[in-house]
Amino acid sequence: MGQNPYSPHTDADRAAMLARIGIKSVDELLEAVPKDARGPAMGVPAGLSELEVQAHMERIAALDRTASAGPFFIGGPVQRRYIPAAVPVLALRGEFLTAYTPYQPEVSQGTLQAIWEYQSLLSELLAMDVVNSSMYEGSTAVAEAALMAVRLTGRKRVVVANEVFSQFRQTLATYAKGPELEVVAVPTRELAANATDAACLIVQHPDAFGTLVDVRAVADAAHAAGGLCVQVTEPHANALLEPPGALGVDIVVGEGQPLGIPLSFGGPHLGIMGCRDALVRQMPGRIVGQTVDASGTRGFVNTLQTREQHIRREKATSNICTNEAIAAITASVYLSLMGPASLRAAARIGVARAHALATRLARLPDVSIGPAPFFDRFALRTPLGGELRTALLADGILVGEGIGLHYTGCGDGVTIQCTELTTEADVDALVAAVERMTARRPVAAS
Amino acid sequence: MSGRVLFETGTKTALPALEPLLFELQRSGRAGRHVRGGDEADALIPPAFARRASLPLPELSEPQVVRHYTHLAQLNYSVDAGMYPLGSCTMKYNPKINDRAASLPGFADIHPHQPDETVQGALRLLYELQELLAGISGMDHVTLQPAAGAHAEFTAILMFKAYHESRGDTKRRRVIVPDSAHGTNPASAAMCGFDVTTVKSDARGNVDIDALKAALGDDVVGFMLTNPNTLGLFEERVREVCDAVHKAGGLVYGDGANMNALLGVARPGDLGFDCVHINVHKTFSTPHGAGGPGAGPLCVKQHLEPFLPVPRIVKDGAGVYRRETTTEHPRSIGRIRSFVGNFGVLVRAYTYIRTLGEEGLVETGRDAILAANYLLALLRGAYEVAYERSPMHEFVLSAAKQKRQGANGLDIAKALIDEGFHPPTVYFPLIVPEALMIEPTETEPKETLDAFADALIRIAKRIETDPKSVHDAPVKAPLRRLDEVAAARKPVLRYRPT
Amino acid sequence: MSSVPDDLRYSKEHEWVRVDGDTAVVGITAFAQEQLGDVVFVELPEKGARVRQHSSLGVVESVKAASDVYAPISGEVLERNVKVIESPELVNAQPYGDGWMVKVRLADKGELGALLSPDAYRSHIGEESAAAGD
Repeated sequence: MGQNPYSPHTDADRAAMLARIGIKSVDELLEAVPKDARGPAMGVPAGLSELEVQAHMERIAALDRTASAGPFFIGGPVQRRYIPAAVPVLALRGEFLTAYTPYQPEVSQGTLQAIWEYQSLLSELLAMDVVNSSMYEGSTAVAEAALMAVRLTGRKRVVVANEVFSQFRQTLATYAKGPELEVVAVPTRELAANATDAACLIVQHPDAFGTLVDVRAVADAAHAAGGLCVQVTEPHANALLEPPGALGVDIVVGEGQPLGIPLSFGGPHLGIMGCRDALVRQMPGRIVGQTVDASGTRGFVNTLQTREQHIRREKATSNICTNEAIAAITASVYLSLMGPASLRAAARIGVARAHALATRLARLPDVSIGPAPFFDRFALRTPLGGELRTALLADGILVGEGIGLHYTGCGDGVTIQCTELTTEADVDALVAAVERMTARRPVAAS
Repeated sequence: MSGRVLFETGTKTALPALEPLLFELQRSGRAGRHVRGGDEADALIPPAFARRASLPLPELSEPQVVRHYTHLAQLNYSVDAGMYPLGSCTMKYNPKINDRAASLPGFADIHPHQPDETVQGALRLLYELQELLAGISGMDHVTLQPAAGAHAEFTAILMFKAYHESRGDTKRRRVIVPDSAHGTNPASAAMCGFDVTTVKSDARGNVDIDALKAALGDDVVGFMLTNPNTLGLFEERVREVCDAVHKAGGLVYGDGANMNALLGVARPGDLGFDCVHINVHKTFSTPHGAGGPGAGPLCVKQHLEPFLPVPRIVKDGAGVYRRETTTEHPRSIGRIRSFVGNFGVLVRAYTYIRTLGEEGLVETGRDAILAANYLLALLRGAYEVAYERSPMHEFVLSAAKQKRQGANGLDIAKALIDEGFHPPTVYFPLIVPEALMIEPTETEPKETLDAFADALIRIAKRIETDPKSVHDAPVKAPLRRLDEVAAARKPVLRYRPT
Repeated sequence: MSSVPDDLRYSKEHEWVRVDGDTAVVGITAFAQEQLGDVVFVELPEKGARVRQHSSLGVVESVKAASDVYAPISGEVLERNVKVIESPELVNAQPYGDGWMVKVRLADKGELGALLSPDAYRSHIGEESAAAGD
């Protein structure tokens, strides 16, 4: 005994408990377990003190190159953005972090009001009627949006743009296997022409390469054919671009990690999902609603729960139970602190840096950018194609994976993302490196 | 838990409220200066795309934001504040060293699109965690990707489908679940396109083996079993159950929500399961986060390995860690998410397992079982016990007697709030009327367990003499009972200015 | 015991039918609404939809449960009760009156023979109550 450092039980405690139960040992409670399976060795190394485990974790973490360690241009859907100091201090308070799902609302008003405020803030940002309290991440939100559109229209055909993030499309393909949906991928410019019999058209704006897309045209085509329009978006873009709700979009989804959530090697992140009022009863995920208590005081509760698995079981809109509540609360805190001014500034700086960088790169021989217009991210095409990534890595510069690896019909190259954290020194370093790598002869400094 | 608000901001609210909304606190012109600049960007956005819709995000100063969330936090119950006896949730203590580890820059500030050679630490951690969980569960291979138990269930059932199809067996359309199953089980099966058959439990709380055998056939994909089950009872004929399913050509899925009872006691892989998921936000101490994030690693036997989702974390002969895709694993079911998993959560689970070590995990399982049986011994006089067998780490009481006296499970739950405790799970599992499902976990001091039992016994006495006295509970929480009917009839799901 | 009017016929799934010539009015019984609790939402088929005996024609939801409403008879939907869609509480307050759900043109009057008489329904809910331990 005494091997679990978090256990408060002394030997005296255990003895008292055993006596009260009327047994001599916990072994007497294990009769149902097959004898030959009892007390197995698990192969776990011996435990460590806190000091030892801290040292161990630091040693492993030190093997990783952090995003801030050098020029960094990897982006979408996960983006390196500025996180105000107060965000983790507030969002990761123990009262939020170690709380349970708010099934007992009288003692969970902190969680419930923070999430209702998250729903409200995202509704404003996206100009959407209602936003749920989170899905796992952007990829599963896209998949669930497709399943939702299938339920609503009764059609089994889903059309998705090639320029939607490849991980999102691949996740959608997996989720489509269950109900045996037909998933068709076409270039964004051909979405409108493929609306017939589609449950939904899934368009991303800005797309995987940051390109701006005419979503209204896609939405109109979807509706004319009796289907729905799903837009994949990203939070900061909506500070400066016309939001989905104003473009005729029926269901909006996206990755919310840029709203104050660390990169954390891809998770846990935040699946944003929202829809028009008329569709809300088919939207999966938890939703918080406002009400009053017995004394007339305003309060919040999980509502419309009959969509969910704990009531509907096999007829639920989704199997989702545990979601990303802390990430939603984090996003709420982030948006509260940043407000419209800092949010716009963060978006603007990324756009400005990306365009300044793209202009300088485009002057280099055999280098092309785009297609334009783009937001804060663009495709960079050079004779090295996707191999540019490896070449830049040797210079300590990180850029996204080769385009040709995951995207069809989009050529090859790498994707460059800028944010408010991209510095002029980063830009200079990337331009100098690409210049060197693509030079056929010395180029005069511009 | 106070019955009135302690902090006054002087802000007008649309209704009497514990705390104003952000939208009520905001004033135009109040703002921080967290990020500034980039004005030249406006000219770079083509007017056709520029935002014309208003952006009425609230404007607050940082001091107000800090106060707002501090007030909200103080309205919450949490593990850091008190006991949650919620069955099948395993609300054990969340160690702070785990949080510190997850926030190390080498873990928090790395991007999933970075090349493998720049993230060898993260990949090593994930690889080692895979090995640890395989050993703990008695399985051969692990994917750490699922974001939650339900995500793991979905992944596994899809893998079952792929397994059967790889053997040319394409007529399997049904998944069987016990009547005590958690709602995610049938929901996950339905998401995979399968029909669900439910089999009843017997009088001892086991799966009724005759009913199961009658339900089996060559159209069965598999059987989803929680062991110990949601009654806290170890499946007495577990190997027979697994054999019967295998004989019919099906596979057995283990819902590992109750793994806390099995640590060092038994391994699902040794009992006949083909796979099992782990809820690290239950068994391995990662925080529940008010509803998430968690993580639901899925551990599988060798015959299911080819179908695991990608990317796969592998280690080559030179000790270098890599992520592999469908190129190396062509029979994979594909991606179930963008990247490798809820890494920040997995770091916490890894840190916990390394802290406890083999002996610490064994002690955890034993103490969890001991605490539950102790609590049951204290409570069995005042409440009806659903099943007469010794439970493992959780047990189910029935408030049927109290219902006959004029107060139900919900009233008892709310009365417990007034006693300073979070209620246990109520009305689940569905097969026990007025169910109270209680799991103390191993990190509650004995005096807290005693106080919890005393509180429940006090409530039972109150109901005996004056059942009406609990109908209005809670009266000491920040709010009284909330009108959930109005919330559902006329949903107000976001702020709209009045 | 919940009210069971004598001028109606009933299904095992707790729907009632009021027959008027070729038309049938359908709703759920007092027992059903008691079991459900406060009704918050009702989903009904549109005019012109076809319903089949024993198949689901819609859903009635409370805060804690959602139940299919099964068609006790087959036919074509002539009208659905918009009042109950706007004010679902009518299902609780007046399950046999303003809480009605759909009016159906009967496809086959012979199907009425499969329904329960008021007495048979009373026994049926008596048995169900006993089984549920009420």
